[in-house]
Amino acid sequence: MVKEIERAGIPVVHVCTVVPISLTIGANRIVPAVGIPYPLGDPTLGDEGSYKVRMKLVKKALDALQTEVDGQTVFE
Amino acid sequence: MEKKRIVHYINNFFAGIGGEEKADIPPEVREGVVGPGLALQTALGDEYEVAATVICGDSYFGEHMDEATETLLAMIKEYDPAGFVAGPAFNAGRYGVACGSIAKAVEQELGIPVVTGMFTENPGADMYKKDVHIILTKDSAADMRKSMPKMAALLKKMMSGEEILGPAEEGYIERGIRVNYFAEERGSARGVEMLVRKMAKEPFETEYPMPVFDRVAPNPAVKDMKHAKVAVVTSGGIVPVGNPDRIESSSATKYGVYSIEGKDTMSPEEFMTIHGGYDRAFVLNNPNLVVPLDALRQLEKEGEIGELNNYFIATTGTGTSIGNAKGFGEQFSKKLVADGVDAVILTST
Amino acid sequence: MKLELGRIKIHDVQFGPETKVEKGVLYVNKEEIEKLVLEDERLIGAQVELARPGESVRIAPVKDVLEPRVKVSGGGGIFPGMISKVKEVGSGRTHALVGAAVVTCGKIVGFQEGIIDMSGPAAAYTPFSATNNVCVVIEPQEGLETHDYEAAGRMAGLKVASYVGEAGRNVEPDEVVVYETKPLQEQIAQYPDLPKVGYIHMLQSQGLLHDTYYYGVDAKQFIPTFMYPTEIMDGAIISGNCVAPCDKVTTFHHLNNPVIEDLYKRHGKDLNFIGVILTNENVFLADKERSSDMVAKLAEFMGLDGVLITEEGYGNPDTDLMMNCKKVSQKGIDVVLITDEFPGRDGKSQSLADAVNEADALVSCGQGNLIIEFPPMEKIIGTLDYVETMIGGYEGSLRPDGSIEAELQIIIASTIANGYNRLAARGY
Repeated sequence: MVKEIERAGIPVVHVCTVVPISLTIGANRIVPAVGIPYPLGDPTLGDEGSYKVRMKLVKKALDALQTEVDGQTVFE
Repeated sequence: MEKKRIVHYINNFFAGIGGEEKADIPPEVREGVVGPGLALQTALGDEYEVAATVICGDSYFGEHMDEATETLLAMIKEYDPAGFVAGPAFNAGRYGVACGSIAKAVEQELGIPVVTGMFTENPGADMYKKDVHIILTKDSAADMRKSMPKMAALLKKMMSGEEILGPAEEGYIERGIRVNYFAEERGSARGVEMLVRKMAKEPFETEYPMPVFDRVAPNPAVKDMKHAKVAVVTSGGIVPVGNPDRIESSSATKYGVYSIEGKDTMSPEEFMTIHGGYDRAFVLNNPNLVVPLDALRQLEKEGEIGELNNYFIATTGTGTSIGNAKGFGEQFSKKLVADGVDAVILTST
Repeated sequence: MKLELGRIKIHDVQFGPETKVEKGVLYVNKEEIEKLVLEDERLIGAQVELARPGESVRIAPVKDVLEPRVKVSGGGGIFPGMISKVKEVGSGRTHALVGAAVVTCGKIVGFQEGIIDMSGPAAAYTPFSATNNVCVVIEPQEGLETHDYEAAGRMAGLKVASYVGEAGRNVEPDEVVVYETKPLQEQIAQYPDLPKVGYIHMLQSQGLLHDTYYYGVDAKQFIPTFMYPTEIMDGAIISGNCVAPCDKVTTFHHLNNPVIEDLYKRHGKDLNFIGVILTNENVFLADKERSSDMVAKLAEFMGLDGVLITEEGYGNPDTDLMMNCKKVSQKGIDVVLITDEFPGRDGKSQSLADAVNEADALVSCGQGNLIIEFPPMEKIIGTLDYVETMIGGYEGSLRPDGSIEAELQIIIASTIANGYNRLAARGY
């Protein structure tokens, strides 16, 4: 899906846990997520802590979208 | 008994009309066999009749693909054929693409068996091997004598409804379609045997060559995020409670488009996950963990992003074939473009 | 470590006043089994039904399948850490009721439980159409939390399998097979000229419905470790997962691990089977990296020349499989992978979610997306209520006459990725 969005001309960032799969299938902007059962946030830190983690990841994703890349890039 | 009618497609060169200088001729049709059609008729035998030959210049076809296909289809349909043969194109690139393209269209539109033939390095082979059966030929027309009988034999099998065996048995280029069968020995025994051979540096054959994934160049960065419209797409299986579109928990065949207009957060009373690949407990409790609506809405209020798109798109990632995922992406990307989306955050579990 | 496995062949199962084995027939006492299951207060219903090969019977949604076994001598008991106390197993003598199975089924926990047909075209895809099955249909308390329900169902299967297995304790086996693996140095010295081979066994460990237990410990909580191959035959590993039905390594399959069996068959002939490296498939990338690092380190440390690797599940575990393959290969060890494929219903897409160049020797256990037909059956054990939401099912899968159209992956263990079946896929 990520490549079709890219192909349609829309910049896309893939926020995902299993970065190797994202690299294999060919996403260009990749932001590593927290984990499979909770990619954006961390419920073990409580609601507020989890929200902070999520906000940080979303901001990182927006940063990635605003960064020029010339190939596959993982934004650690 | 009435003979079964076959229509044959060839290019300007094989029709004897001329070489490169005649590659721009538009589609035409002739009764009976032309050029290599004679070899086809011989190979098919008495029960079949090459009723017509359709011809098109390679350049013309390449430059007017849709129009040429439509014209050719209409010509072919006239003869109400039981089967269709294109080429063989050997290593002629444009001819190969034309053969693959027209064969695919005939199969789709007329629903009759089709066969073509090409050299493995013909670009048409890679483009169309998944769609149609392409008999493997050598790289020049000197192979016509050998390849035409193979094409005829395969077409006859298809027309009589016989089971089509593997590429080695039938002589076609492997289509990359994975088909089940029961092996002689169970998988573990085959694995041990393969390992013994590998360690002894003896030849062995993998049962699944590693797949190749294509690449797309990255789009330029978003210049002005403060005025950009951002959309969320997810493979995390987030759907409205009750799963109204009945998206599958695994190996999805569809996706959903769900409104978040006027919402500040993904409430567990309104949204759930149906993803079959992970412990759903956390996300069922807080779907923002997959569709980060609460954070994005906040950033929208702060002016960090121009606008959050008023719907998100969701499917289930686990076990969903690349083919399906590609299809979804092609479809919904059109909608995203039409709705003026400037950037997408795609989340996966 | 040396284990004598006494195989008692069972060709029929019947209800009887006493649970016993007589002349190859397994008799089970229905009431005793139901009472045993209902000792767990999380379950309010238990019903035992029998299903034999060739009968017009469909079982669904199946949670686990177990082979009844009993530890006769050698220390420890069957299913250590679960039923028996935690104590090392894998030595001495064990009896197995071969041809019999305990099947747990009933109201669904997630999407991941599957179907067994005892006859018809779908029966060919599951090994459990060929076993004499003691089916336990369980019913949970109203509102029981899913993790608790999964645990209750899992324990019910283990308890019943142990109870039935006891019937084989004093029966003379039809055949006794001896398996032996010595400590590392002795084992290498036994066949110094043969290539040293290990088995990397990846256990599903992704949370609810995706967990596996080793001596009672949840596999996601351990780091990769060494195991003697015979430990698994006494139930050191049990399944607490359903993954996708087709992929499920049932407890039966752990007890009868085909890779271990087939490596032993050629042990001392053209390879030297050194042992098993157990590892997991976790949900955090760091865990995947750590576990695969340790797997490669152990393989190197054991001096292996070659390994077989099997996975359980598909999707992100393909990454664990590929990481293990790559890192072990980089130690100069030859690798063969066994897995199944999900290339879509038309078979045209890539079969795996991840790929590395090192994966040049792969055995296919078939493609699970193929659509197949299930004719109606005279008797349903369990319920068909969930067919359309089960993995492999879809809208319109279940027809009013009880026939089903669904992807092959809805059948328990149909494409199990450890090579237990003969099903394979090839390129057309």
